[in-house]
Amino acid sequence: MSERPRVGLLVTCLADMFRPQVGFAAVRLLEQAGCDVDVPEQSCCGQPAYNAGDAKDAAALARNVIATFERYDYVVVPSGSCGGMVKQHYPKLLADDSKWGPRAEALAEKTHELFSFLVNVRGMKSVQATCSANAAYHDSCSSLREMGVGPEPRMLLKSVDGLSVHDLAEKETCCGFGGFFSVKYPEVSARMADDKIADAKKTGADTLLAGDLGCLLHLAGRIARKGEPLRVRHAAEVLAGMADTPAIGEDET
Amino acid sequence: MTTDATAFPQEARAALTNARLQGALNHLKEGFQVKRAKAFDAYPIPFESLREQGRAIKEAALSQLDELLLQFEAKVTANGGKVHWARDAAEARDVITRILKESGAKTVTKGKSMVTEEIELNPHLIANGLTPVETDLGEYIIQLRNERPSHIVAPAFHLRRTDVEESFREAHQALPSSRVLDNRPALVSEARGILRRHFEAADAGITGANFLVAETGSAIIVTNEGNGDLTRLLPRTHIVVTGIEKVVPRLEDVSILLRLLTRSATGQEITSYVSFMSGPKHADDADGPQNFHVVLVDNGRSALLGSPVREVLQCIRCGACMNHCPVYGAIGGHAYGATYPGPLGAALDPGLDGLAKTYHLPFASSFCGRCETVCPVKIPLTKIMRFWRNESFSRGIPASSFNRGLKLWAWAARRPALYRTFASLAARVMRMIAGKSGRVRSLPFLTGWFIVRDLAKPASESFQSQWRRRP
Repeated sequence: MSERPRVGLLVTCLADMFRPQVGFAAVRLLEQAGCDVDVPEQSCCGQPAYNAGDAKDAAALARNVIATFERYDYVVVPSGSCGGMVKQHYPKLLADDSKWGPRAEALAEKTHELFSFLVNVRGMKSVQATCSANAAYHDSCSSLREMGVGPEPRMLLKSVDGLSVHDLAEKETCCGFGGFFSVKYPEVSARMADDKIADAKKTGADTLLAGDLGCLLHLAGRIARKGEPLRVRHAAEVLAGMADTPAIGEDET
Repeated sequence: MTTDATAFPQEARAALTNARLQGALNHLKEGFQVKRAKAFDAYPIPFESLREQGRAIKEAALSQLDELLLQFEAKVTANGGKVHWARDAAEARDVITRILKESGAKTVTKGKSMVTEEIELNPHLIANGLTPVETDLGEYIIQLRNERPSHIVAPAFHLRRTDVEESFREAHQALPSSRVLDNRPALVSEARGILRRHFEAADAGITGANFLVAETGSAIIVTNEGNGDLTRLLPRTHIVVTGIEKVVPRLEDVSILLRLLTRSATGQEITSYVSFMSGPKHADDADGPQNFHVVLVDNGRSALLGSPVREVLQCIRCGACMNHCPVYGAIGGHAYGATYPGPLGAALDPGLDGLAKTYHLPFASSFCGRCETVCPVKIPLTKIMRFWRNESFSRGIPASSFNRGLKLWAWAARRPALYRTFASLAARVMRMIAGKSGRVRSLPFLTGWFIVRDLAKPASESFQSQWRRRP
């Protein structure tokens, strides 16, 4: 492996379409961590199909992603959810495929969630960034349980000038996104969001941060609908010093 | 109450605005989660290693289930009891009714048993002229109210004290209406008095079993009220009704599983009573039934045993998965419309009741995975829910235009350049709808999203497109 590892950024559909800034923030952080970043042409990791019970289409999309990304030293994903799909689920999805199974395993091996990659693989301990905010950090379930991410984003966020970061009282509880779950059972999903929002407000936070745009779009959408006074951002934006833009779902000024 | 979970979305919505239920659900955390965590923290062996032992015991038992069941039957027979095999709910109901009729029973006391809920035993007994009386306090209360359990460990979890008072006043009309029932001890005392007469009068007792032990022919139940012992010991006939997956090889196995069960369920080191039932009364026993029967119910379990999701049969019915499930925590047990609610139900009910009635349940999860972190026998609950989702999709149950849409989306997603074109078109439409606002408030598709929330406006140009034209 060369001195500067080649990282393929799996930017995720949601960042690509709704929040390109998360992609640019990830690139900036990865470059600060001494990586060469490439963004190959990509679509979806296949998780929506996988979770809807369409294993065949999910496997086809997985093969696409494997073929696209296996040339890199690492695959980094600014999302525990899409990262978990590649790292935990591709090997299971393709386990019976003698050609693609081992390739899925190999890709899973070098796939990382962004914050854990920066801290655990690249040894990043702090960032040079400023953000004047009082933030609560929400762990996405897939970051927490599929990717084992927890202390890493907190450690990096602590080094941001002007930022204070609080844990939520119910930090192991789901925010209610769950992909199609949020569309199929919207009222249940919204109730879970409301619990999370109330939990965040109890910390006195003005900003809610997380590492997954699925949770964030869901929470920001609910916060906007209810007119709650909370701004919502992907933590990578804050770490990359790009938090001076409108927050998720905020009107442009 | 027949299983029908097809109305899950409506039932879930109703549950969210049911103030009584919501009040009860607020107690899940202190009532179950905190007690469970404290119990395992206080135990010298780490939870992870204890539950790995539990998992291994159940896995090994399932892999030799046929032999263990035959060994169990031989032991029960040698002990003077009789084992009956029931392929499905109807056979189970029939054999139980036959035993009761042959023994001349009229009044039947019942200990808490989810399997008798599963096979809908009580309505069948009543239709056959028998009078079943539930003796677990929670079960007694919901029997009075003609409801089904909302929780597998705490059947009346959804009720307030005042609801119980109301039910007691209506049911116990012989008692003076001036009596005070505004506190729990008064309610418990009244129930005890009423149930005592039923215990004394009962011709037969029916209990479930938490475990069966092959080497001794024992059925084991854990209870806190003592009703299980009065149900099994006082009547002439005792019938144990349970699922075939409950058997383990040795008594020693139960010592591990008991430690996991009581801590996971109620945070207790051990329940007030652990009863070992190994046959009819011996000549020198002080008490006990003259006739001892065990009804082993299959009802879909052997099909699960041969399926890719046999781990669901490892379940020891502690309820920890539902106690930690954010969906169960929001809607309670009744909304699921099936025997077993929560993550366990989502994994098990489709195997027992078929997907046509239960297809919502495996989807009624955000896949947060918290249930798996507390399961005392490490059942891969989300993997099993995913299996049922796959079955639902591939068998077209229910037939849904959503599935066709999904296939179309996946077809496009396999072609990244085309997919990006579609995505940018969709983004442009959404931006037009949003106008100057930062978000979209409704769209003609994904309507479920917009019932409860807005959607941030897509960017004017995708990340990939901006990346390609960067300097």
